[in-house]
Amino acid sequence: MKDAWRGFVGRKWKEDVNVREFIQNNYTMYDGDESFLAAPTEATNKLWGRLQELQKEERAKGGVLECETEIVSSLTSYGPGYIDESMKDLEQIVGLQTDKPLKRAFMPYGGIKMAAQAAATYGYEVNPELVKVFTDYHKTHNQAVFDAYSPEMKRARHSHIITGLPDTYGRGRIVGDYRRVALYGLDYLIKMKEKDLLYCGGRNMSEEHIRLREEIAEQIRALRGMKKMAEIYGYDISLPATNAKEAVQWLYFGYLAAIKTQNGAAMSVGRISTFLDIYIQRDLEEGTLTEEQAQELIDHLVLKFRMVKFARIPSYNELFSGDPVWVTLEMAGIGMDGRHMVTKNDFRFLHTLENMGPAPEPNLTVLWSSRLPESFKKYAAKISVSTSSIQYENDCVMRPVWGDDYSICCCVSATQTGKEIQFFGARANLAKCLIYALNGGVDLNTHEQVGPEIQPVTSEYLDYDEVMHKFNAMMSWLVELYVNTLNLIHYMHDKYYYEAAEMALIDTYTRRTFATGIAGFSHVVDSLCAIKYAKVKTIRNDEGLIVDYEIEGDFPRYGNDDERADSIAIWLLKAFMKKVREHHTYRHSEPTTSILTITSNVVYGKATGATPDGRKAGAPFAPGANPAYGAEKNGLLASLNSVAKLPYEFALDGISNTQTISPNALGHTDEERRDNLCHILDGYFDQGAHHLNVNVFGVEKLRDCMEHPEKPEYANFTIRVSGYAVKFIDLTREQQLDVISRTEHKVL
Amino acid sequence: MNGLIHSTESFGSVDGPGVRFLIFTKGCAMRCQYCHNPDTWRNDGALSMSPDELLDKAERYRSYWGTEGGVTVSGGEPLLQIDFLLELFEKAKQRGINTCIDTAGQPFTRQEPFFSKFERLCTLTDLFLVDIKHIDSAQHRRITRHGNENILDMLRYLSDVKKPVWIRHVLVPGLTDDDDALRRTRAFIETLDNVQKIEVLPYHSLGAYKWQELGIDYPLKDTQPPSAERVKNAEDILNGRI
Repeated sequence: MKDAWRGFVGRKWKEDVNVREFIQNNYTMYDGDESFLAAPTEATNKLWGRLQELQKEERAKGGVLECETEIVSSLTSYGPGYIDESMKDLEQIVGLQTDKPLKRAFMPYGGIKMAAQAAATYGYEVNPELVKVFTDYHKTHNQAVFDAYSPEMKRARHSHIITGLPDTYGRGRIVGDYRRVALYGLDYLIKMKEKDLLYCGGRNMSEEHIRLREEIAEQIRALRGMKKMAEIYGYDISLPATNAKEAVQWLYFGYLAAIKTQNGAAMSVGRISTFLDIYIQRDLEEGTLTEEQAQELIDHLVLKFRMVKFARIPSYNELFSGDPVWVTLEMAGIGMDGRHMVTKNDFRFLHTLENMGPAPEPNLTVLWSSRLPESFKKYAAKISVSTSSIQYENDCVMRPVWGDDYSICCCVSATQTGKEIQFFGARANLAKCLIYALNGGVDLNTHEQVGPEIQPVTSEYLDYDEVMHKFNAMMSWLVELYVNTLNLIHYMHDKYYYEAAEMALIDTYTRRTFATGIAGFSHVVDSLCAIKYAKVKTIRNDEGLIVDYEIEGDFPRYGNDDERADSIAIWLLKAFMKKVREHHTYRHSEPTTSILTITSNVVYGKATGATPDGRKAGAPFAPGANPAYGAEKNGLLASLNSVAKLPYEFALDGISNTQTISPNALGHTDEERRDNLCHILDGYFDQGAHHLNVNVFGVEKLRDCMEHPEKPEYANFTIRVSGYAVKFIDLTREQQLDVISRTEHKVL
Repeated sequence: MNGLIHSTESFGSVDGPGVRFLIFTKGCAMRCQYCHNPDTWRNDGALSMSPDELLDKAERYRSYWGTEGGVTVSGGEPLLQIDFLLELFEKAKQRGINTCIDTAGQPFTRQEPFFSKFERLCTLTDLFLVDIKHIDSAQHRRITRHGNENILDMLRYLSDVKKPVWIRHVLVPGLTDDDDALRRTRAFIETLDNVQKIEVLPYHSLGAYKWQELGIDYPLKDTQPPSAERVKNAEDILNGRI
């Protein structure tokens, strides 16, 4: 290890697995501007050109280029694969999920029905023998969950009051510390895990320890598999990486192991930018690497992240539209010692959006603080204005909770890298919960008694106190059922679809958080405001169920920096979270919640009746913590102020906000736009807000893109939606219309 | 005293430096053919708001202003409510807020009592955004129903007292985009020594629906926004580049 670690200082990280300590001891702050950056190499242009051709073919074939039907995906189930066999020598960083670019692997462990259906959707038939194996001989996660679901859980799932549950595919959100592969090499990591196995449960072989022993053994097996996987590509990753190219390659192999074995909704790569900069900086100083070569390494790594694919079923695509995988990657932030963590590599990652154009993946995330160097802030804002491909999260609210080495494990949720895992929790539909409260637990769409039979509202006009009382009771029921459902899912996932490759790169004794989520947030807040401040008359159907409302008079709405509405928003978040905390959560996990919907706001809205805020039955919800469409009457900053009031401490899983700003409203020149965006971000985050997706384009562009998706300039036209980025042409038309109709902030 | 206010906007980024809180006043004596805020012409339906009320609201957005942002009063024509403006900006200055007025200058006169009030207003205003609708008074009258003599006089006065000014010019094809007139505007600008910036605002038809809503006939129905080349041409001329 001596040679691999030459020039690196510090002690603790050498005596134990401790990547954070290594980073803190060795990174080089960069305060300059972007002028050092290098253009793409010829190799990059060729490979990216080829990948764009493949993406075009993929789109022409209905969204999937090819599906595996014969081979079960594992670390070593394929020989080497390249973007283009004839150009493989150009690839600085190698490794594909299967043997061919963009070919989707067969991953049956989450659920065989779904795996087969995903292939069938695109005209492929999975070998019936394999279907038989995973139906008759090997139980899948999906089968196990449905074995154990209670009738009540099935009803709640069926009626979409709880949706997006990870019961048919990988739960994702577990970020292996892929940097460990580069820093320590696999032999050392295996040795450390073997030690853990040796001492685990020696004096107390409880059920908990037996399970953990089995898991550690799985992890060791995965680490050995990773070594073999790397050998297939001609690399020996037993020992630490000795230079920047190896560091990038070793790290990528760690990540590749994860995406070959898990099809989680979110497969983040984590906080790798500052780490890799240390290796690049050493090579630059030793004179063995040029800036052009350094950029090429990062460009080629990003090329790989742009190629991650999973086979999904149509209902999944409706929830998470545009084929996202959340290869979330973080940069910047401030260290616990007060030094900023911006390195040249943060510029290089952002620069990939210039070298190879905008793209939804990786999900580039800037950990913002108003104290970051101005030059970096301006560069990030500049790239945001030109590509709409970056999201921002407030390091100053996350650092006190998660320290300075956290990763974003999905769209917006923080997790301590290598020290912690998160159980992904989908979301509860609180707008539907409110309707249940009014109608005594009966679902308007299915006409089933889903919730408890509490006394329905019988009055013609809704009374605030009565509604609040019933809503509170209904929410208590929902939260209990929701948490129990998640407990069951995660138990089965650990048992039948354990993330051995990722967990192998995480501490054996890990902290666990238990994520939950809220959908329909702003509609509940506005509904309660309408009931409190206006007069809401009920409209009933023949069965006496309340199906619509007439609102008489004006009422304050969330999104206007109006205390009357915003205080109800804060109450709603706190009330929900307090209820979650009342329940047992699986494996000693710490409960959290989010206000985050991804693109599922459209599907959730579709399954939900009219709400007392005037939202019509079936209309899309506002995404995430965004105010409702049309509610914002005082401009962008008033809207941001409302969202900024929500206390992050009660939503540690994240508060997602997506805003689209017309370029003309942001400034007259590119320089003004860049500077004004910096001001917006500073102002928003200094108030303690958590997250902001920034889009800069006009509605005209969206309309034109929807009508003319074939125009070459739209092939990579990327927009930010709740918590991730997506190519606009990959959204369903319904979602395109939703994006278009959502508030676009314009100045008079 | 209270102001007659049309509306406020939390996020303005094109009306003065940085991110700004915008206050739109009610009332304007001009009737520009391309006006995109005709709903601010008349005083009816105005909100009556006090300076403190407005500044409290503005300060909710202080964290977004950075070092250069602040408050811009636009309209309507703010100078029609000069007494209110004086009180508003006096209080703004007490709160350390950067102040900016977006005006077309129509109410300006060297007559009293207006003139001494304007003199005082200048000491409380950090920047004037002044719209030169047209350099030729006859054409100016045709476009706005008012001549431009007093407007140009206001600019001369602001230059004399060295008050920073941004000149703005709305570029309307066939109405305000004549090269010769633009050159004459440039020649006038060259006589001033307080101009920090010259902005060309391309005409857009986004305000047309308001005319319709108000039941007024929109005179520029067939006018298209200027081409990018024409905008650049106007910018080049007004900035003395060609």
